[in-house]
Amino acid sequence: MVENRPIMTFITHLVLVLGVAMIALPIWITLVAASHDEVRMLQVPIPLWPGTHFVENLKQTLFGSGFSGDQTPVWRMMLNSLVMAMMISVGKISISLISAFAIVYFKFPFRMGFFWMIFITLMLPVEVRILPTFEVVANLGLLNSYWGLSIPLIASATATFMFRQVFLTIPDEMLESARIDGAGPMRFFWDILLPLSRTNIAALFVILFIYGWNQYLWPLLITTDTDMTTIVMSIKQMLESAEQTPQWNIIMMTAFLAMLPPILVVVGMQKLFVQGLTETDK
Amino acid sequence: MAEIKLENLTKSYGDVEVLHHIEGDIKDGEFVVIVGPSGCGKSTLLRMVAGLEIVTSGEISINGAVVNDLEPADRDIAMVFQNYALYPHMTVRENMAYGLKIRKIPKDEINRRVNEVADILEIRDYLDRRPRQLSGGQRQRVAMGRAIVREPSVFLFDEPLSNLDAKLRVQMRLEIRKLQRRLGVTSIYVTHDQVEAMTLGDRLMVLNGGYVEQFGTPIELYERPATLFVAGFIGSPSMNFIPADIANGTVTLVNGVQLKTAVKSSRHVNLGIRPEHLTLDDAGVIKVKVDMLEQLGANTLIHGILQGATTPIVASLDGIQTAEIGSVLNFSVAPEILHLFDAETDKRI
Amino acid sequence: MLKRVHFPSSPLPYLLVAPQIIVTLVFFMWPASQALYQSLLIEDAFGLSSEFVWFENFAALLDDEQYLSTFGRTAVFSSLVAFLSMSVALILAGFADRVVKGATMYRTLLIWPYAVAPVLAGALWVFMFNPTLGIFPYFLEMVGIKWNHYLNGRQAMGLVIGAAAWKQVAYNFLFYLAAMQSIPRSIIEAAAIDGAGPVKRFLTQTLPLISPTTFFLIVINVVYAFFETFGIIHVVTQGGPANATTILVYKVFNDGFVGLDLGGSAAQSVILMVIVIVMTVVQFRYVEKKVEY
Repeated sequence: MVENRPIMTFITHLVLVLGVAMIALPIWITLVAASHDEVRMLQVPIPLWPGTHFVENLKQTLFGSGFSGDQTPVWRMMLNSLVMAMMISVGKISISLISAFAIVYFKFPFRMGFFWMIFITLMLPVEVRILPTFEVVANLGLLNSYWGLSIPLIASATATFMFRQVFLTIPDEMLESARIDGAGPMRFFWDILLPLSRTNIAALFVILFIYGWNQYLWPLLITTDTDMTTIVMSIKQMLESAEQTPQWNIIMMTAFLAMLPPILVVVGMQKLFVQGLTETDK
Repeated sequence: MAEIKLENLTKSYGDVEVLHHIEGDIKDGEFVVIVGPSGCGKSTLLRMVAGLEIVTSGEISINGAVVNDLEPADRDIAMVFQNYALYPHMTVRENMAYGLKIRKIPKDEINRRVNEVADILEIRDYLDRRPRQLSGGQRQRVAMGRAIVREPSVFLFDEPLSNLDAKLRVQMRLEIRKLQRRLGVTSIYVTHDQVEAMTLGDRLMVLNGGYVEQFGTPIELYERPATLFVAGFIGSPSMNFIPADIANGTVTLVNGVQLKTAVKSSRHVNLGIRPEHLTLDDAGVIKVKVDMLEQLGANTLIHGILQGATTPIVASLDGIQTAEIGSVLNFSVAPEILHLFDAETDKRI
Repeated sequence: MLKRVHFPSSPLPYLLVAPQIIVTLVFFMWPASQALYQSLLIEDAFGLSSEFVWFENFAALLDDEQYLSTFGRTAVFSSLVAFLSMSVALILAGFADRVVKGATMYRTLLIWPYAVAPVLAGALWVFMFNPTLGIFPYFLEMVGIKWNHYLNGRQAMGLVIGAAAWKQVAYNFLFYLAAMQSIPRSIIEAAAIDGAGPVKRFLTQTLPLISPTTFFLIVINVVYAFFETFGIIHVVTQGGPANATTILVYKVFNDGFVGLDLGGSAAQSVILMVIVIVMTVVQFRYVEKKVEY
């Protein structure tokens, strides 16, 4: 920076450390709560320093008969979440890639019509059209299935837009050269376009995985079968039953497990994450 | 090996015709350069031969077969692009092999050919590198290699040297020429650089505004430019033009000076004199008031204004010459190397 | 828009767009049109018959004081969430931009809440503010404040705003930091040579230069507060107490799924759709502007 005054540097770091602490406080409290036993978590004030029951709580949460008896074990919920997140992100990426490919590299009647149709979907978050969409899924018999969880969420204008943008920046000569080399459309797509979009695909995957994993309202509506519960939506039920049986250590452990995978993805793939975020929201 | 025939070729975008009735025969093994200013349609013409642009009307035939509706891959051509268009995610070897792989040529054969071409172009050491790890000149070679390895019957070059620096450009120009001679493959080369065109081409097709101005050998173009445009485009520094009138075998320049000519008819003309054809001569009738000197060592360029007119004149004299700024120099020119162009049609007389 | 050279026409492009189009038609266009249609109907209490009533549902909504106050509440909620999360993010980004070494580390430590689902953010906050057990009510009691967001509407609102803003700081921080880092150093250095101190530089150079990002973030944050905070409200307050935290999106859900007032809920959906479309258009105009840069 321009100045090099130690006092400024000190203030800078002080503010940032305070910021980090403020941002991290909720998760700290979660971790602390997840590391004490049930009894300690009912005494006021609750602890602010980690206890010794973390592993025990972890085991009980993941594999035990779970929380308050008859519930689906949490590992099963995490699996459901994983399947849903993967289906949503892979599905979104696949259908967006091929539709963007068609729109950029082919000239065909109604091309712009299709483009606008996809564009319009961007405008309608699932929360807004939730009731009729629910009816459609129910009529198709997709309630309580992975398909019902994921397919209604995989049409996305954002991803199609992003890939369109990416393809437009690939020099025209790539296609021309490939055509002289004798590559047909699908060959060009696999051999040239996909490898050239690799990092964009990875970046988008990071964003979509988080999006998929964190879905709440949609799974809440279309799954009634407890075997299909996702971990994110389970929190609500746990908090509700906390009124009668407050096992805060287990609830907070579940909350921790629910946010762990997306946090790991963000922190571990920070570069791709930042790229994905700034690209899709352009 | 191939002959290429362009017959009455036209290209339109919507209602706008950008290429008009192009005709031309390219002989087997010939190196033809299409040259012209930017926007003249030269790249479009090349891309039509490549199959990357649709032919609006007319015919392109390669070896007697009309190829208008053939896919680029089926025309037995290879192309070197201005920005090289190397596949960035493939190694040099993979780049060169890609077209062969698609044609299902056996692996051994592909390897043999790639290695052979890599030897010719001296790029053997970079075969396993990616394009971004190469310098501009090396990329250029790889792009050439990718074309050669295909063993096509026609090479198409779209301004392949314009992304290189001046020194490398001269070097690569010579190499391309040598290589083409050695392989004997019919080639079409597009450039806007007339020096490149003159040095490379067996014949030059000069395009301007979508019309072929002239199609001939470099020397024909230099000695007998068919139009005012070709006369001005070929040669450096470019030809001087002086408005004039002809009557009874005499050319009267805009400033009243008279020169002899063999042309009998009378009309308005532009008289063209190449700068290198002006010689200092105390008895010369072309008087030029000196504006500026450019001493280049091997020759000296004298910039001035025709005495009694406003026409700018450039003269190129051998060796180092000096002249006072503002002084008047007398030049003469041999009558047989005067170029006369009709003032209305711009055609050579 | 289209490549200069393209593949010859064939049925292939139709096959390629088909999955996207089918999903769009079945799960977007059809439901949206259903919502439009239903918004013009009134169903009887048992869902046995329905009557076409034109815009009666909309008229009823506009007469409904509860709905109008929900509108106002949503506006307050959204602006506070946007303001709070953006200003915290701006301050942190401003300082992080000054850090030469370790900027990436601070970034890592500040961006992870983006990954936390809104409903989980709500769960963490509701635990921290649990009236009997929570750590904050415990400390607040010491200074004489009685905290119970189950009874106190203002406190409930404060809680959902806090949780919603906390989660969004990460996103805003990332965009602010990126915007600041893309300002040419020479501009800041020139200002320093002109004698501007750090605070003055921030106010007169940095802030105006990142104003396009600020505008973009306002739109994004308002959209976020409007729609994505559903989970937070559902888990923290369920719209209560006494509707003190019911925002538009929550009301659509509540009237439709809990209250089973399909026509009214559909009419609210349509109004929300219009709001989304307006915001998207605004956002895209901004994108165009940014492209022109």
